[in-house]
Amino acid sequence: MEAVVFVFSLIDCCVLIFLSVYFIITLSDLECDYINARACCSKLNKWVIPELVGHTVVTALMLISLHWFIFLLNLPVATWNIYRFITVPSGNMGVFDPTEIHNRGQLKSHMKEAMIKLGFHLLCFFMYLYSMILALIND
Amino acid sequence: MITAHQGCMVPEEVYHKDPQVKEGMQFGDYVNNRASSAPTPLSSTSDDEEEEEEDEEAGVDSSSTTSSASPMPNSYDALEGGCYPDMLSSSASSPAPDPVPEPDPTPALTTSQSSKIAKPFGYGYPTLQPGYQNATPPLTSGAQPSNTVYPGFQQYAQQYPAVNQLSSSLGGLSLQSSPPPESLRPVNLTQERNILPPTPVWAPVPNLNLDLKKLNCSPDSFRCTLTNIPQTQALLNKAKLPLGLLLHPFRDLTQLPVITSNTIVRCRSCRTYINPFVSFIDQRRWKCNLCYRVNDVPEEFMYNPLTRSYGEPHKRPEVQNATVEFIASSDYMLRPPQPAVYLFVLDVSHNAVEAGYLKILCQSLLENLDKLPGDSRTRIGFITFDSTIHFYNLQEGLSQPQMLIVSDIDDVFLPTPDSLLVNLYESKELIKDLLNALPNMFTNTRETHSALGPALQAAFKLMSPTGGRVSVFQTQLPSLGAGLLQSREDPNQRSSTKVVQHLGPATDFYKKLALDCSGQQTAVDLFLLSSQYSDLASLACMSKYSAGCVYYYPSFHTTHNPSQAEKLQKDLKRYFTRKIGFEAVMRIRCTKGLSMHTFHGNFFVRSTDLLSLANINPDAGFAVQLSIEESLADTSLVCFQTALLYTSSKGERRIRVHTLCLPVVNSLADVYAGADVQAAICLLANMAVDRSISSSLSDARDALVNAVVDSLSAYGSTVPHLQHSGLMAPTSLRLFPLYVLALLKQKAFRTGTSTRLDDRVYAMCQIKCQPLVHLMKMIHPNLYRIDRLTDEGAVHVNDRVVPQPPLQKLSAEKLTREGALLMDCGSVFYIWIGKGCDNNFIEDVLGFPDFASIPQKMSHLPELGTLSSERARSFITWLKENRPLSPILHVVKDESPAKMEFFQHLIEDRTEAALSYYEFLLHIHQQICK
Repeated sequence: MEAVVFVFSLIDCCVLIFLSVYFIITLSDLECDYINARACCSKLNKWVIPELVGHTVVTALMLISLHWFIFLLNLPVATWNIYRFITVPSGNMGVFDPTEIHNRGQLKSHMKEAMIKLGFHLLCFFMYLYSMILALIND
Repeated sequence: MITAHQGCMVPEEVYHKDPQVKEGMQFGDYVNNRASSAPTPLSSTSDDEEEEEEDEEAGVDSSSTTSSASPMPNSYDALEGGCYPDMLSSSASSPAPDPVPEPDPTPALTTSQSSKIAKPFGYGYPTLQPGYQNATPPLTSGAQPSNTVYPGFQQYAQQYPAVNQLSSSLGGLSLQSSPPPESLRPVNLTQERNILPPTPVWAPVPNLNLDLKKLNCSPDSFRCTLTNIPQTQALLNKAKLPLGLLLHPFRDLTQLPVITSNTIVRCRSCRTYINPFVSFIDQRRWKCNLCYRVNDVPEEFMYNPLTRSYGEPHKRPEVQNATVEFIASSDYMLRPPQPAVYLFVLDVSHNAVEAGYLKILCQSLLENLDKLPGDSRTRIGFITFDSTIHFYNLQEGLSQPQMLIVSDIDDVFLPTPDSLLVNLYESKELIKDLLNALPNMFTNTRETHSALGPALQAAFKLMSPTGGRVSVFQTQLPSLGAGLLQSREDPNQRSSTKVVQHLGPATDFYKKLALDCSGQQTAVDLFLLSSQYSDLASLACMSKYSAGCVYYYPSFHTTHNPSQAEKLQKDLKRYFTRKIGFEAVMRIRCTKGLSMHTFHGNFFVRSTDLLSLANINPDAGFAVQLSIEESLADTSLVCFQTALLYTSSKGERRIRVHTLCLPVVNSLADVYAGADVQAAICLLANMAVDRSISSSLSDARDALVNAVVDSLSAYGSTVPHLQHSGLMAPTSLRLFPLYVLALLKQKAFRTGTSTRLDDRVYAMCQIKCQPLVHLMKMIHPNLYRIDRLTDEGAVHVNDRVVPQPPLQKLSAEKLTREGALLMDCGSVFYIWIGKGCDNNFIEDVLGFPDFASIPQKMSHLPELGTLSSERARSFITWLKENRPLSPILHVVKDESPAKMEFFQHLIEDRTEAALSYYEFLLHIHQQICK
C-alpha cells in the first residue's frame, strides 16, 4: 500500500517538476522578448490550477497516509499556492497578469518562485524515490 | 550624387488650425528651435534660409573666439559636466554661464572654457575645425524661461575672486573650498513662511557643460526626477529619492526637424538612434552613447543636406537636435500604414437621451468633420446601443442611412461587415444625415438597460481588420450582457478615513477586451457622462490598456449643468482636431547600467521595454521608474532615449526620437542639488496610485509621507553642522513637503472628506496619464490675485499683453475681503470675489454694478472694453492655451455655497480631516527626530 502511495507521489512529483521547468522556460522567454506578455500569461495561467491541484493532492495523500514529516514539508508550499490563487484581485486575469507582469519586478519574483519550486520538487522527488524503494523492500 | 542624398528637412505638419493653440505653443517654447528654424522642403528657396542660418552660426564663431582665451580646464569632472564645472573651474573672468531667468534677458556670451577643448562626448573634431570648437551660439534667453539653478554663485565669484582663482589652480581638489550651489542651500522649512516662489517653478537645468545643455531635450518632453544621476544604487538608496523619467513624447511642437533619409543611422547592437550625445571617433566612426559600441558612419550620412557640404556628419540635424522625427522606410512596417479609422459607440438608453449629450456630440462632430485628422482613406462608423445594438449602414449610394438592429447580445455578429465603416469623403452626405438625425432618433425611448460589453465586442470585431480609434460614450452602469457591473459604492463610506475599497476593477472583461483591441491596434477612448456611480474603476480598464484616454463628466446634463455641457463641447473640439498617431510603439533606452522596471501611463507593456500604443495623442504623458543595476563609475554622462514609432494620420510611418543627457555624480550632496521636485512628486503620485490599487489607500498615503520623511532625514544626516532647531531641506527640495501635502489633499488620495468613488478613480486615472505640466496644476493649483493686474513684467504673446501676477500661496490668509483671486486647477478655474471687492473691478471685469448683483452661477467673463477686463481676459486666455482639457470657469462669491469647492484647494490650511502645512511640517519633523 505504502509503495502505491509513493509511486503515485513520484509520478505526480515528476509532473510538477516538468511544470516548474515549463514555467521557468516560458518566463525566461518573456524576459528575452521571444514571446509577448499576453501569450506568456495565458500559457502560464492555464497551468496554475493543475499545479495547485497536483500539489494539494500529494499533500493530502501524505496526511491520509500519515507521513507527518513529508506532509509538514509540503504544507507551506501548498498553502502558498492556494493563498496566491485566492488573493488574485477580481480584475486580474489570473495569477499571471499581462498588464502587471513587467511592473515592480513581478517577472523576477515569479521567476524566483518557479526556481524555488523546482528545487523543492527535486528534493521531494528524491525523498519519494527513497521512500518508495524503502517501502518496496519492506514489502 | 544629389539623387542619392535625399536627406532634407520637411515642414512639420500643423494639424491645429486654431491660431490660439499655435500661439500658446510658440510661447511654450522649444529648446532646439534654432537649428530647425528653416524647416523647408528641399527647394531653391530654402537655400537662402539655410545659408542665413549658417551665417548666424559663423558670426558667433568669430565673436566667441576672442573670449575663449581662458585657462585650460583643470578638472576631468568639469570637462564632462560631472560636477559643477562653473564653480570648480571658472575664473573670475567668466562667471556662471547659467541660463538667465526669463524676465531679465541678458545674453551672456561667455564661453565656458571648460567645455570646449577636450569634450569626449559630442561631435568635436579638434584637428579638423578649430573654429567650430569655439562656437557658442547665442543664448536665446528670452525664449527659454529657465530657472537659475545657482544664482548665488555669481555674486560669490565676484566677492571672492581670489578664492576662485585659487580653487581653479587647485583643480579637482577645489571641491571643499567652493561654495555649494544655490539648490543645495539649506532652508529651514519651519521658519520660512513664504516657501512658494512668486514665479512658476521651472525645471532645473542639468549641470552639463554649455554645449550639451544647449542640445539637451526640452524638459517639457523629457524630465528626470534627479538631474544628477547617482553613481550607484547604494547612493540612490541613501538619497531616498525616487529615480524615474517623466515623458511627454507626442507633445505638440511648433518646431520639429523632420528628416527624410534612406538609412536611419542606429547603433548596430542596441539600436539606439544617432543623437547629439554620441561621440565621433573620427570621420568614419561613431561611438554609441548608450552601449559604447563603435559604429560606422554610413556614406549617406557624410553629406549634410542643411549645409550641402560633405564630410561633416556632426552637423547633420540628427546630431544637432535632441528631438527629431524620421520618416521611416518600409523596414519599420509590419503592414502598409493603416488609414485613420474612427468608430463611435454611443449609449442611447433613456438615461443618455435624458442627459442630452448626443446633440452636443453630433453638433461638434458635424463642425469638425473636415478637420478630423486623416487622408483620403479616412473611415468612420457609428454604433449605438441600449439593450440591443444598432449598426448604421452608410454605404455610398444609399439614399439615407440604414439602421440595422442586432438583438442577440450574447453572440454579437456584424450584420454587413463591409459597409459599416465607410470612407468619410465618399459617404459624407450620409454621415451628415445620420448626425443630424441621431439626436432625435431616440427621444421617446423607454429602454433603460445598457449593453456596453456586447457593443464593445461588436466594435472590436468591426475594427480588428484595420485598427484605429473607438470613442465610447457611456452614461450609466452597464447592465446587460458580457461585462455587466454591479454598483459597488457605499455612499456612507465616501468620507471614511479608514478603508477605501473598490479602487480596482470588478471584472477582467474590460481588461481582456483592451488587450485584444491593443493587439489589433485599436484604442478605446471612454467618455463617461453619468450622474450616478458607474464603476469607472472597471470601465477605465478599456482605455488604460489600449492606450486610450478617459474623460469623465460627473452629473452631466445639458440643461441642468450647462458648464459641464460647455466643457464637453470644448473637449470634443480638441479631441476631434488634435493630432493622432496610429499603430504606435514606444521604446525607451538608457545607458548600460540603468534599467527600467515600472511604467506608468495608458499602454500595454508588450515586452520588457516596448510599450504598445494603439493610438498616441499629444495629451498623453508617461512615467518610468529606473534602477541602477551596475555602477556608473566609469562614465560621467548617462543618456535616455525614447523612440516613438507611429503612423501619422496621413499614412506616413514616422519615428519621433527624444534624447536626454544627464551627468553622473558620486556625492550625496550633488544628488540633492539636482533633484527635480516636480518630477519627483509626479512620479510619487504615479507610484501611490499603483500602491492604493494593489494594496490600500492608507498604505499609499503612508508611503507618500514616508517619502518626505526619509528624504529629508537622509539630507539632514549629510549636513553635519546643521542646527537641529527646525526642519531643514535643500533648496531644490524645499517644495517637497508642500507638494506631498497637496497630494494627500488631492481627490485621489484624500480621506475624511466626502469623495465619490468615481471622482477618486478619475483623479487616479488622470495622475497616471497626464503629462507633468498639467498634472502639477492638478496637484498644486496656482493662485493669482487678479483685481490689480498691471503690465509690470507682462509678457507679449502675439500682440497681446499678458500680465504676470505673482503666485500666491494656497491659504485663506491670501483671500482678502477687498480682493479677487483666480485659481488655476488645471481643468477648472475659480474666480473668487471677496465681499469688499472694489466695485470698479466688479463693474469693469464682471459687468455688474456691485457685489450683491453678481449671480451665483457665472461661468464667463463678459467681453468688456475696459483695460482691466482686457488684462484679466488675456491672462485667462493665456492660461487656458494648450490644455488637453479645456478648463471651465466658475465665479465664486465669498458667501455662495459653491465656495466650499474653492476652499478645498487651499491646501496650506487646516481642514477637519487634514493637517495644515505648518502642522504637517511639524509632523514630519517629529517623525525625523524619532
